[in-house]
Amino acid sequence: MPLLRVDNMSHFFGGLRAVHKYNLVLEPGHIVGLIGPNGAGKTTIFNLITGIHTPTSGNIELNGQNLIGRQPHEIAALGLGRTFQNILLWRHMNVLEHVKMACYSQLEYGLFGAFFGTPRRHREENRITAKALHLLKIFELSEYQAQLVTSLSYGVQRRVEMARAMAINPRVLFLDEPTAGMTPDELNRMITIIRDIHQNFEVAIFLIEHRLKFVMELCERIQTLVFGEIIAEGSPEEIQNNPQVIEAYLGSEDVS
Amino acid sequence: MARKIIETRSAVSGLVGKFRQSTRRIPLLAWLLGWLAAAATEYFVGDAISYYLGLPKIPVLFGCLLILKKPLFIPGVMGYLLLIYILPVIVVARLGRGPANRLAVLLARGSVFIATIIHLGLFYLALHIWADISDYRLLLLKLTMVAVILTLSLNVINGYMGEFSCSHPGFMALGAYTASTITLWLFADDKLFGSPLLSPALGPYLFPLALVCGGIVAALGAVIIAIPSFRTRGDYLAIISLAFLFIVKSVIENLEFVGGPRGMSSQPDYSSLPMVFLGMVSCVWIVNNFVTSTMGKALCAIRDNEMAAEAMSVNTRKTKIVTFMFGAFWAGVAGGLFAHILRYVNPGSFGIQRLAEILAMLYFGGLNSVTGSIIGAVSINIFSEALRPLELFKWIIIPLLLILVMLFRPTGLVAFTEFKVKKLMRPKG
Ligand SMILES: Nc1ncnc2c1ncn2[C@@H]1O[C@H](COP(=O)(O)OP(=O)(O)OP(=O)(O)O)[C@@H](O)[C@H]1O
Ligand SMILES: [Mg+2]
Repeated sequence: MPLLRVDNMSHFFGGLRAVHKYNLVLEPGHIVGLIGPNGAGKTTIFNLITGIHTPTSGNIELNGQNLIGRQPHEIAALGLGRTFQNILLWRHMNVLEHVKMACYSQLEYGLFGAFFGTPRRHREENRITAKALHLLKIFELSEYQAQLVTSLSYGVQRRVEMARAMAINPRVLFLDEPTAGMTPDELNRMITIIRDIHQNFEVAIFLIEHRLKFVMELCERIQTLVFGEIIAEGSPEEIQNNPQVIEAYLGSEDVS
Repeated sequence: MARKIIETRSAVSGLVGKFRQSTRRIPLLAWLLGWLAAAATEYFVGDAISYYLGLPKIPVLFGCLLILKKPLFIPGVMGYLLLIYILPVIVVARLGRGPANRLAVLLARGSVFIATIIHLGLFYLALHIWADISDYRLLLLKLTMVAVILTLSLNVINGYMGEFSCSHPGFMALGAYTASTITLWLFADDKLFGSPLLSPALGPYLFPLALVCGGIVAALGAVIIAIPSFRTRGDYLAIISLAFLFIVKSVIENLEFVGGPRGMSSQPDYSSLPMVFLGMVSCVWIVNNFVTSTMGKALCAIRDNEMAAEAMSVNTRKTKIVTFMFGAFWAGVAGGLFAHILRYVNPGSFGIQRLAEILAMLYFGGLNSVTGSIIGAVSINIFSEALRPLELFKWIIIPLLLILVMLFRPTGLVAFTEFKVKKLMRPKG
């Protein structure tokens, strides 16, 4: 059974057809890439699956559970973590707090504990602190743990977003242009990090990316989206050699 | 002009730095003992000293009222402040530094709870003795503590959650009327409800329950606002809560069984100093617990970026509604205390002016900070009392002060800090 399955999903923003009859099958442990020109609807697909928008039609299942009509926080708690194209972090919170916050749905104390500081609350807070510290170590963020995110560089902020997404115990991780604005150095580091978490956490990854070197290197399968429609899907080699893809998207860029 | 301001600022910060240097090694415990000594000195020799200094009576509010009315008394008041307050505090704090530090070390090893109780006990004792001098002080102190609860609970909504709510006086009114109805009906012989149902002797013990009921009614009122306001993202709360404030006021005005526009009076005298103190301490403690938990920090995440909070599994809508109810609950409790302090309430006490007062205390003290709310409430309250003799000018000075704070520190005096009890009480030797 696929982990994530999207059938025939379409979405309109008013009269604008942003996504048309989109299908996706994501098997456990796979890495799938989504490429396409600006405005093709890639981010919209992420937002539809994660519940920020509700698709006009179509079906989405995560691990056999229907996602249509669920709130984004429910979908996240079911095991869908994501990052954002335009880095959405919390200005007034430090790095450690970011990662702890994503453990929200795993907290086993209620309002009573929050108000009265019960021993159970302290245990739980300690538990998620330990977990967050562990994640920070994996993402090489330990040195920044007490810093506000606004003081961090772009590349580090991206890593914070990923560490945060991993804290919700995702079975599927969505990465929206994880290397945008990164230096080549940071880019290589990002490839290593993604490989690492893919292996260590048994998480399936679905990523949007503009840098083809990156997609080709990481993904087992690639979808090409143009004007909200998939025009080609296949292995990196197939995509690289697909004339439609070359015409629609790759033509202007350096494929190698 | 600008240079002058900068110069004064650096001079002030230099002074502050020097002061810090000399007091750095004095733990809170020693300060509390110092305050206690000052209060005790005043209690025992205040009358005599004010007589020798040519003052008409003990200056109730550090002599501010006296000086503003009759500047001739300035030297006398200065002498009084020096002898009664400054000297005992400094002497006791310095002398007691060693033992206090040793005790603080001991307390730091044990549970935070016991240490807090001891500190609070000393603090309360000092306040109690200080307030014993005059009824005016007692009243001022109680109202200040109520203001702390109000400011802190509004901070949870307008600060931590980052919404803008205007309905705090409305919640206060709900709490005040509910608690008053309960106490008048159950424990008092009055014209609205007739003879008491229960023995009045039980009253003071069941009063906290009446307060909680007031808080719950206020929280239920909050649900009415919260459900439509938090349905979609946007700035509906300010408008809806303002409307709510007016609705509550006019409903109360038209309810004859709670006195209509005349209000309710002769509530039993249950808001004693320990009671109000307890209310304030509980509020500070619980609010602080909440905002430092990950569950409470979700508010910060929601305020900074709601979409990211949702995507990280935070139930933003529920968090907002619950927090709004939580803030309203404490406003209701404050209202109940307030009604039993003045022992008279009418709908006019809960209007726009009250809202402006609470907002001023909140923004002066600082958003997202428990310490800030305490500082804001205390300083604005004391300040506006101290300036009372200036009459009209008071309403120029206080807004001016607010504008200055907003210019130099847009988020308030002490914004975005965590209130750490342990750090506050730690030994410094
Ligand atoms: N909330 C929205 N309301 C209306 N239109 C939207 C909304 N979000 C996206 N769109 C439109 O949908 C189309 C697809 O946008 P989307 O952000 O998904 O593109 P993208 O493939 O992610 O592009 P990019 O590579 O620039 O990130 C665009 O035309 C965009 O203007
Ligand atoms: Mg995009």
